[in-house]
Amino acid sequence: MTTYRELLQRTKGEISELDAKTAKETPEGIWVDVREADEWQEGHLPGAVHVPRGYLESRIEGVAADKTQPVIVYCAVGNRSAFAAKTLQELGYEHVHSLAGGFTDWKRNGLEIVLPRTLSPEKRTRYSRHLLIPEIGEEGQLKLLDSKILLIGAGGLGSPASLYLAAAGIGTIGIVDADIVDETNLQRQIAHSLDTLGTPKVDSAKRAIEALNPDVNVVTYRERLTSENIDRILDDGWDLIVDGADNFPTRYLVNDASVWRNIPVVHGSIYRFEGQVTVFKPHEGPCYRCLFPEPPPPELAPSCAEGGVLGVLPGIVGTLQTNEAIKLAAQIGEPLVGRLLLLDALATEFTEVKIERRADCPVCGDHPTITEYIDYVEFCAK
Amino acid sequence: MSVVRVPPVLRSEAGGKREVEASGATVRELLEDLARRIPALGSRVYGDGEIQSFVNVYVDGEDVRTRNGLDTPVRDTSTVILLPAMAGGC
Repeated sequence: MTTYRELLQRTKGEISELDAKTAKETPEGIWVDVREADEWQEGHLPGAVHVPRGYLESRIEGVAADKTQPVIVYCAVGNRSAFAAKTLQELGYEHVHSLAGGFTDWKRNGLEIVLPRTLSPEKRTRYSRHLLIPEIGEEGQLKLLDSKILLIGAGGLGSPASLYLAAAGIGTIGIVDADIVDETNLQRQIAHSLDTLGTPKVDSAKRAIEALNPDVNVVTYRERLTSENIDRILDDGWDLIVDGADNFPTRYLVNDASVWRNIPVVHGSIYRFEGQVTVFKPHEGPCYRCLFPEPPPPELAPSCAEGGVLGVLPGIVGTLQTNEAIKLAAQIGEPLVGRLLLLDALATEFTEVKIERRADCPVCGDHPTITEYIDYVEFCAK
Repeated sequence: MSVVRVPPVLRSEAGGKREVEASGATVRELLEDLARRIPALGSRVYGDGEIQSFVNVYVDGEDVRTRNGLDTPVRDTSTVILLPAMAGGC
């Protein structure tokens, strides 16, 4: 019979142990924390990955695929990590070390530790249905809370986007719109209401967002987006743009700026019963100019005010855009990059077509010919 | 005969129809046939032997510009989508 003490002592003789100061000098390699979740939450080594010892065998190859790179394993005092190091050797890891004295000695030596961020009990309750989804969880929700998303337009597409992004806990939502809420908007623009008729749409949307989720920081720009103000607005540091503009000059302007600044754009457009949705991720997929090098002539580009739109259509398209925005912000799933989704609400039919980056695109192509803002109104009036 | 999807802004040129039919073994033949059958629609998307620059043409989900352009083959079972940009976010 072997006792725990004997087994530990024998195991330590079969592995390499490093003290905190020596381990810290180990230039490369991956640090694996094999403690339990509650111990990890109370602080861990910077850059470490958390793989509780109970999951070590099944998960280690997911975090350390290269078995030739050094692996430094630690626990609280260096006992569990000794057994873990032995296991890793058996799995074929060639340079495994156990941190002698573990996290306790590391801390005692005054070396740097990291306190993981966690959600407050209130946020844990509010976002509980997100936390239950493995793809989002606490880490994903923290990413959403850290995200800054800019909405171009607080109309048909911007309304559902602003509400669902706010509900999802996007930390900062910017809204650009110069218009005032009028009665014809209320057939579809659900962020606005009778109470806000006659007020700026950005203020009305801000009010709706804050009534839903006061955690969200709302930044309003009551102006029409132009070549003159777009740099100032984008300098506020947006991770992502949700484009719900209502005209071609703004669409092309947003495209050019987003390519130059490397900001993904979630595109949506609508007319009557039909919608288009895609994601333009600069240099990874096509841009708006790759898809549509030129706008149609003005007589083939009626606005909703001229041609009408089914009230629920921007609801569908705006929430599809929001789905893409949330996925991009949480870094999950397959965004609609290189794919254009077409919706026909009358037939209830979705069609997907492939779109590709064009090497000869004047903005994102191999030899760009447009490298600064142009006169977008003139370009679209040709 | 292939099915040709007509975008909403061009439906008045197609007598209000959402879909029309045209035949041809290539995109060129198909658009020429479309122009004969429905001149008002055909001339909006095809003229002087070229696809109008503001219209995208997809055959079975692929942009013909990324394939063989007007020489892209079309089958009887193909769906051809004519697609100009839409600006609306309103």
